[in-house]
Amino acid sequence: MAKSKVNFDPRLARRKMIGGVFYFVFLCAVMVGILSLLVLLTRILMEGLPWLSLGFLTNYPSRHPEIAGIRSAMMGTIWVMALTALFTVPVGVGAAIYLEEYAPKNRLTQLIEINISNLAGVPSIVYGLLGWALFVQIMSMGRVVLAGALTLSLLVLPIVILASREAIRAVPNEYRLGAFALGADQWQVIKGAVLPSAIPGILTGTILALSRAIGEAAPVIAISALVYLTFVPADPFDQFTVMPIQIFNWVGRPQDDFQSLAAAGIIVLLAILLTMNALAVILRNRYQTRSED
Amino acid sequence: METTARGAATVRGDRAATGRFRRRRGASLESRVIWWVFFLCAMLSVLTTVAIVFSLLSQALSFFREVGVWEFISGTRWTPILKPRSYGVLPLVNGTLLVAFLAAIVALPVGLATAIFLAEYAPDKVRRIIKPALEVLAGVPTVVYGYFALTFVTPQLQRVFPDMIVFNALSAGIVMGIMIIPMVSSLSEDAMISVPRSLRQAAYALGATKLETSVKVVVPAALSGIVASFILAISRAIGETMLVTIAAGATPRMTANPLDSIQTMTAYIVQLALGEAAHGSLEYNTIFAVGLLLFVMTLCMNLLGYWVVRRWRQAY
Repeated sequence: MAKSKVNFDPRLARRKMIGGVFYFVFLCAVMVGILSLLVLLTRILMEGLPWLSLGFLTNYPSRHPEIAGIRSAMMGTIWVMALTALFTVPVGVGAAIYLEEYAPKNRLTQLIEINISNLAGVPSIVYGLLGWALFVQIMSMGRVVLAGALTLSLLVLPIVILASREAIRAVPNEYRLGAFALGADQWQVIKGAVLPSAIPGILTGTILALSRAIGEAAPVIAISALVYLTFVPADPFDQFTVMPIQIFNWVGRPQDDFQSLAAAGIIVLLAILLTMNALAVILRNRYQTRSED
Repeated sequence: METTARGAATVRGDRAATGRFRRRRGASLESRVIWWVFFLCAMLSVLTTVAIVFSLLSQALSFFREVGVWEFISGTRWTPILKPRSYGVLPLVNGTLLVAFLAAIVALPVGLATAIFLAEYAPDKVRRIIKPALEVLAGVPTVVYGYFALTFVTPQLQRVFPDMIVFNALSAGIVMGIMIIPMVSSLSEDAMISVPRSLRQAAYALGATKLETSVKVVVPAALSGIVASFILAISRAIGETMLVTIAAGATPRMTANPLDSIQTMTAYIVQLALGEAAHGSLEYNTIFAVGLLLFVMTLCMNLLGYWVVRRWRQAY
């Protein structure tokens, strides 16, 4: 009844003042995220930098913090990531090509699409359980590099598919029509016209997906367990550990020195992550400028 | 291969014409093989889901053969390793929801306010600085957040609560909240940006201030996307593993006190995965039962999120 009158408050100065207060509140909220990031990075740099040296990169883990290093974990990460890239890129791009270029609009296609977006939301530890049951136990691979890489491949596959689809969708339809007009068949169109212009986008998406996998500890921990390794994996059937797990191992120790080692390990991990992200951004920028002209 | 001939969905608009053209030529063996390869790539994702459900269900079923489903779902004592053994999963669920609740208290208001600032207030220059910074925040590995919670946030909190033990739900919950801020803010911002300019102009024309336009017009118009971002962020918090394993403790208990040490479902799975539980033993199978529950909980929340977006979306 009287509500319609209350809805309009004629005191403009007061309303503008409230607006100003809330502007400040929103600004503070933004600063919560930004400041947390700054505090986090400063804290890690202060703790970890004194422990960072060439020896830290080339030494194996040890009970004595002053000579402990991250070599086995770093090499393990490189092994697992290389294999993961090898598995996910062809399959992810293949699935994206099917969904964008071939798939008819029917129930099955819809099912595949819903399924992919749901897979992207499955907690990573569940992939770890899948990998443990499927690769380690049923296929009896054991706790090896290959099992870890396959598990991470399944984890990042939805991300690679979504990114590749976007890249393929961004290819102008005229390219396809032009190629068809020249008498190319479907595969020739994809190979000759679609993929070449989609590859930068696919690469960017893949690098970002892999940078997510590189920081994952939960799924790998179910596969590799918390091993104490003083060797570098020589082939995909060796035992392994990865950097996030080594960091987790150090964080879990009560002594302060190991916590600082964890910080040093985090610096190395973040440096690799930032390099990958920078690479993705550079690729994206080059691609964007090229498609404009 | 009829499907191959009809496969040219690419040439949208000219689809029927191309289909006729292709059918006349017939599909070569090579193109049929290629079609199958791509089709199988796409089907692999469906197979993954089937494999997840199968691997969780088969081991969980052998667990439920020895422990009743009702005892598992409703029991309030979780001591699967220590005698007397008891398999009530509620303490783990309690721990998970407590941390997710604390994370939500931090992330939902902060994330929404950040989204409002980015979508409605921030000039382009500021956005170009803040958005990449938030992306970095989202890309930090969760082990790093665990380290941060344990070695920085917990000592700070202990100054306020001197009795608080090292492993506690509060520290993990706060840091988890910080971790999911970017998820809430970026999804909510997307929803708010897609609200048409005409609605804002109409509000201004009626004499609304910037705040009134943002909060009373734009936010309600983008509500489905905002609610979905909340649901998906909480689902993420429920499934998060390393942060709670490092910082929240390993004490499954029924508590609402954030200063307590607790254990989440995910942290329990890691704890057991680290110990050498014999394959096929009852302890080994508990993690698949817990994993199945976790999978079902997050799946329901994700489906709810997508449903909210589809059901309530305003069409502009």
